[in-house]
Amino acid sequence: MSEQTLKRVDLIFGEYSNIKYKVLADTLKRSNDEILKDLLDSGLRGRGGAGFPTAMKWKFTAESPCDERFVICNADEGEPGTFKDREILLRVPRKVFSGMAICGKVIGAKRGFMYLRGEYRFMIPDLMKELEIYHEHAQKLGHDFKIEIRLGSGAYICGEESALFESMEGGRGEPRNKPPYPTTSGFMKKPTVINNVETFVNVMMIMRLGPEQYKKLGTTDSRGSKVFSVSGDTPIPGIYELELGMPLDRFVDEFGDGDTKAVQVGGASGFCVPRKKFKETVIGFEGVPTGGSMMIFNSSRSMYNVLHNYLEFFEEESCGQCTPCRVGCQQLRKGIVAVKKGEKKANYLDQLMKLSESMKITAKCGLGQSVANSFSSIVNNFKEEMIY
Amino acid sequence: MAKKINLTIDGINVSVDEGMTILEAARTLNIHIPTLCYHEDLCVAGNCRVCVVEQEKVKNLPASCAMPVAEGMVIHTNSMKVRMARKHIVELLLSEHNADCTKCYKNGNCELQGLASQMLTGDHMFLDLVPDKKYTIDMFNSAIVKDDSRCIRCQRCVRTCEELQSVSALGVAYKGDKMKISTFFEHPLFEVVCTNCGQCVNRCPTGALIEKNYIDQVWDAIYDPSKHVVVQTAPAVRIALGEALGLPPGKIVTGKMVSALKRLGFNSVLDTDFTADLTIIEEGHELLSRLKKALVDKDPTVSLPMATSCSPGWIKFIEHTFPEYLPNLSTCKSPQQMFGALAKTFYAQKRQLDPKNVVSVSIMPCTAKKFEANRPEMRSSGYKDVDYVLTTRELGIMIKQAGLEFDGLPEEKFDSFMGSSTGAAVIFGTTGGVMEAALRTVYEVVTGREVPFEGLNIVPVRGTEGEVREATIHIEKVKPEWSFLEGVDLQCVVANGLANAKKVMQNVKEGKANYHFIEIMACPGGCLGGGGQPIPTNKEIRSKRKSAIYQEDMGMPIRKSHENPDVASIYQEFLEKPLGHKSHELLHTHYTPRKRY
Repeated sequence: MSEQTLKRVDLIFGEYSNIKYKVLADTLKRSNDEILKDLLDSGLRGRGGAGFPTAMKWKFTAESPCDERFVICNADEGEPGTFKDREILLRVPRKVFSGMAICGKVIGAKRGFMYLRGEYRFMIPDLMKELEIYHEHAQKLGHDFKIEIRLGSGAYICGEESALFESMEGGRGEPRNKPPYPTTSGFMKKPTVINNVETFVNVMMIMRLGPEQYKKLGTTDSRGSKVFSVSGDTPIPGIYELELGMPLDRFVDEFGDGDTKAVQVGGASGFCVPRKKFKETVIGFEGVPTGGSMMIFNSSRSMYNVLHNYLEFFEEESCGQCTPCRVGCQQLRKGIVAVKKGEKKANYLDQLMKLSESMKITAKCGLGQSVANSFSSIVNNFKEEMIY
Repeated sequence: MAKKINLTIDGINVSVDEGMTILEAARTLNIHIPTLCYHEDLCVAGNCRVCVVEQEKVKNLPASCAMPVAEGMVIHTNSMKVRMARKHIVELLLSEHNADCTKCYKNGNCELQGLASQMLTGDHMFLDLVPDKKYTIDMFNSAIVKDDSRCIRCQRCVRTCEELQSVSALGVAYKGDKMKISTFFEHPLFEVVCTNCGQCVNRCPTGALIEKNYIDQVWDAIYDPSKHVVVQTAPAVRIALGEALGLPPGKIVTGKMVSALKRLGFNSVLDTDFTADLTIIEEGHELLSRLKKALVDKDPTVSLPMATSCSPGWIKFIEHTFPEYLPNLSTCKSPQQMFGALAKTFYAQKRQLDPKNVVSVSIMPCTAKKFEANRPEMRSSGYKDVDYVLTTRELGIMIKQAGLEFDGLPEEKFDSFMGSSTGAAVIFGTTGGVMEAALRTVYEVVTGREVPFEGLNIVPVRGTEGEVREATIHIEKVKPEWSFLEGVDLQCVVANGLANAKKVMQNVKEGKANYHFIEIMACPGGCLGGGGQPIPTNKEIRSKRKSAIYQEDMGMPIRKSHENPDVASIYQEFLEKPLGHKSHELLHTHYTPRKRY
């Protein structure tokens, strides 16, 4: 790239230290309170998309009375348009394992798991090699924290933390009722920290740089950088590490093809931002949050097709246990088809909007709750494309 | 004492125990939040979402069945937002549901229908999804019909099968729009590990799981002048039938039931309790004979502990799950099948009827009895011993069909013979009852004295719902011919619900327990909580039925099986002696090992 308007960051993919697991070794010497304080100061929020403050999650888990606790790295990267964890695991797995090991120390866990997306099976040999190195160093450092890899089987829902626990325990990948939350009852009903791959890398980088240095990136609400998966109508698709809190119009200036009609921020479960709102939209927790997926659509794309595609995805990937999600997804998809075909009047879309609103507030887990995000943002902004 | 939590529900301040859910807290205020997937007997699923409520300062609507109360919560159970969301949810369920109610067995008795009528769902808010679904009906089973088109995926059946029965014949298959309740590789129910216990049927809120009903066949037999229709009624029916006809749980309706059956047109109204007494004589002697073989003859082939065989759900369970223990089952048929075999032999002879013209009907609290009656080995009279098995619910329907005002019926007595019974037979309907009845007889046979318990109430073997109960009965001062039992501690165990049966058998298998006699009832609480009993059945209702059974026992003039005069006379006139040749031919059976899926 010759001209860069957005600040590229080299935090996540930056090189390893010369000494293997040096950051881990240094961090293990510090007290848990110090580590938690640094994490809190850094303002780090979960990188999976929901943005829960990482320090709080760790603190709650550490404080849950129990004889056993677990650390889980959620590497079931399944959100359509997201492929950044794959890149992280391919390029800097050591940073991920370091982050997990630090978490193990802070919460007092002896075992950690990486729940790897089924389609990422090919990575296992390399990850195992790195794990061998990790375990060697952990032993030398006297850090009693073992990491294992568990493989998913291709269900999107298993990226939902409680469904992931069920899957790991050998059950059907179905989300649990919350409360209790993982911090008190997670894997095997024990207190568990479950974080996204990228979150663990951020933890490791905060430990390396210190919170002050880290905080220089991003905005008050969205500290640090973020790895984005840029796809769609862009001449330069790929993985980019960018500062959080950027306005969407600058992103489009840089990545769009000059004819960008809309950007789907956060994958199928995220929001669709139309051209007229690019300027006012900030990418970050204060604006539109994202787990990293940025899908760019130009004017040749039918937003009806885009939405239909997402709904088809949800219809199939809903676990099927709760009514609003299982039946709601079917109704939304079939509903827009009926409107398009003229079998239902255009005002049926209003009925569907109300339904998606109900799904958002009544579904059991994040999947069903977030279908309304793309549905309402696409239908509201591209109504004529839905009807004609 | 539990910590108290203060919250506000619909403007009313309430203080409830910590750990309670919003749903339970609301019920203490007489606010009934609608539910579908929730059932008192089962773990909370929180998947239908019908019970959502609004919590102030919280964006989403929590499911009240799954959300514990918290200090200072402000809850609205009937706000606009809640009403809209609930209506959407019920409409969504209906859009996936074959709502052809007039063709449904559960018409008028369906929880989804009830909610739909409350919410005035008339305007088809959403598209009908049923035509695109490839729903199937499994009606190949003699006991249970599974109609996927009526299923709302609440998973009550799945939880019942797994938690209460540890059978897991039903599970969830596929995901998303294709998610369904299914069996092992979608085999029909008759090919899988299902025990036909019907606990799922009892808990299904809609018509997705129902008993296969034989009401019309029974009417046909009644109206066929060439047929002599005898009916037998199980002990647990008389304490529950009233519920199906609008009476409160726990009401004993024996006399009214007999009177109703006579008015329906059955030629002879007889009692399964009679063959329950007979079962005790046969099974008691079988136990003594096994003990003798083991203790005196040192016969290595004798199988101890001996387990009861009255509960057909349990029989099919052990055939699938512990087939290596089939020799441990008593060879006695269940009272229903003993009755059937005698109805077409002894009874037919005595009434000078051609057995081919005798139709034998049984009224059971049970769906597994339907399967049992269809077993190929249950034809020892030369005919199908029991032609039709009706559940308590089906009898309730027949009584309604006939227009009988049940509560106003007079009390009548069973016909004779094979109509007399004892208190020992009545308690077959509850967990621990067969054990107690057997001990009342065995102890007296061996020692010549009554069991040393006040009022014949052998409380230590009276089972508790959901528990495995172990008891030791010390035998002493025996008659000379039973000297080998002097000083023996008879080790007994009583369990109800197949999850507990599994625990007992696992203990036996691992050598952790040294029992002589095992009583298992497949259903929670025993037959009184059977799969064929009125809906709803829950813990509170079961406990009322249980009290009624013991009350009925206490009120019987004779309370020991061996004192039943009809039993004595049937041995004199027909069977000769317990475990005799005729008994073996008519009253005993064998079992079939089955596969584990």
